[in-house]
Amino acid sequence: MRSLPRSVQVFLLALTVLLAFYPVFGEMLVGDRYDYWLQKLTSVMILAIMAVSLDLLVGVTGMVSIAHAAFFGLAGYTMVMVAPEWDAGSIWILLPAAVLAAALAALVMGVLIIRTHGIFFIMATIAFSQMIYYIFHDSDFAGGSDGTYLFGAPTVELFGRELLNLSDRVTLFYVTLVSLLLVYLLLRTMLRAPFGRVLFGIKENEERVRAMGYNPLYYKLVAFVIGGTLAGFAGVLSATQYQFIDPSQVNWHLSAEVLIMVILGGLGTLWGPILGAFAFEGLHYWFSSMTRYWELPMGVVVILMVLVLPKGIAGGVMWVADKLERRPSQKVQREETAAGRPMEVKHD
Amino acid sequence: MTDTVLRTDHLTKRFGGLTAVKDVSITVGQREVHAIIGPNGAGKSTMVNMLTGHLPPSEGQILFRGRDITGMPPNRISQIGIGRSFQRTNIFPSFTCRENCWLAAQSRLGNSFRFFLPASRYQRVRTLAEKGLELCGLSHRADTPASAISHGEQRQLEIGMVLATEPDFLVLDEPMAGMGQEESHRLVSLLRRLTTDYPLVLVEHDMDAVFSIADTLTVMVNGEVLASGPLDQVRSDPAVQEAYLGDGEEAY
Repeated sequence: MRSLPRSVQVFLLALTVLLAFYPVFGEMLVGDRYDYWLQKLTSVMILAIMAVSLDLLVGVTGMVSIAHAAFFGLAGYTMVMVAPEWDAGSIWILLPAAVLAAALAALVMGVLIIRTHGIFFIMATIAFSQMIYYIFHDSDFAGGSDGTYLFGAPTVELFGRELLNLSDRVTLFYVTLVSLLLVYLLLRTMLRAPFGRVLFGIKENEERVRAMGYNPLYYKLVAFVIGGTLAGFAGVLSATQYQFIDPSQVNWHLSAEVLIMVILGGLGTLWGPILGAFAFEGLHYWFSSMTRYWELPMGVVVILMVLVLPKGIAGGVMWVADKLERRPSQKVQREETAAGRPMEVKHD
Repeated sequence: MTDTVLRTDHLTKRFGGLTAVKDVSITVGQREVHAIIGPNGAGKSTMVNMLTGHLPPSEGQILFRGRDITGMPPNRISQIGIGRSFQRTNIFPSFTCRENCWLAAQSRLGNSFRFFLPASRYQRVRTLAEKGLELCGLSHRADTPASAISHGEQRQLEIGMVLATEPDFLVLDEPMAGMGQEESHRLVSLLRRLTTDYPLVLVEHDMDAVFSIADTLTVMVNGEVLASGPLDQVRSDPAVQEAYLGDGEEAY
């Protein structure tokens, strides 16, 4: 994973700062809708955590997984089931339990399917994630198809003192923002380390990676588990935000939407899928305010995007950055040729 | 026999009813260049694929430095020191040349479950990668994407990547495939330099190349060994002359 051009770094940093200051200027910007947008932005950031962790599988390693929602929802359900029925649970128990459940599910599923490739891998991820979906949908222990409630946001206490109040929307907004940044930085660090090089290699030419002495299966499995674990972490944040979970959060529809965010944003770039999550949810909001059938215009946009910007939003941003940073040197070239022309005329 | 590095015993590979390689026994000694030639369909590629673990043999045994490596997967064969190049260029096109060699060299870390320190900080990998680039003559192309270099250079890179894995035995599958005259010359001189450091098995169509660097020659026809032995002896073998090398005019 190479470093980003300066201008892109600045652009991304500016967006982050803008987002971080929403609680400060939001009320001036959207007035009454401040609270709605605060929650909306939080939920989009949670989806962005899912998208960036899915990018590790799809964009970096080349494993197209439609099982990401399974880990997301499973973590949420685990939280609900581990938490006390009539009291808020402690984050120190709920978070590890939920994330561990997601990690374990990813490990078991991964061990079973990691040998498959291409369409078979996709089908296997759908099959296994739908199994998890139907476990929650068709049995009573977690509310069946109606879903179930979490009594309250988990408490974050240390030695009896409250550190954070996660039911406070602004607090949760910042916790989510910091989580997103940390997940991004963690993955970026991994991709710059030897581990990441192997993953990029696997996407490009798995057979050669094997011939060079690596066993690609182990690397793919570890990537799959890391991705699933981070999706579970996003699930914890989501369950904390809504204090409610139903089977739709385990369904492959959600996985597919996150996959579209990754493709829309730019495969294998990590930051692209984060922008992809915002773009997807923005368009979703806009289209569904116009029509019930928001999927239709969304589908058209996705097709157009893939045709016009095959490398996604990230590809577009990089293209613009390239133009911006190249301009000075091109000017110099043009001046040189302009100066050179009279000389040539003289020669004639 | 202590000199033997690689030995195959009665190696056979069947695909259904077709016997692609039949009862092939060869030995490669220390610093020996063992060339395998034969017409298309002779079983050369199958032979190479068995040596490097890409195909499990149906029968027979492969011994490397006295160790039975029959049926080992390619990644383990690479780890015990057998480096392989491919007939069809098999590189990472979007990686730069340096990154290609880097990934090859990094396999010598034992494992790459190293998540935090940037890859560029691994000094030993850097040294190996640069050595691979230098040996294959692509240091000046280090930062060029592999997709942007010429076919001949890609063939060089293919070998550079093998060398970056610090092998002590090479299996080269048609390194000259699809090369122009001048590119071939460059590669032959590269191969000749390699022969002083590595024992190797060379599968090749280019007779000039084979005759100029091989010590031992095995001629395969229809999956079987037609003749095998020191280069000059095999070259003058009447059966070989008739079956493969033509009437001799082209060969000399």
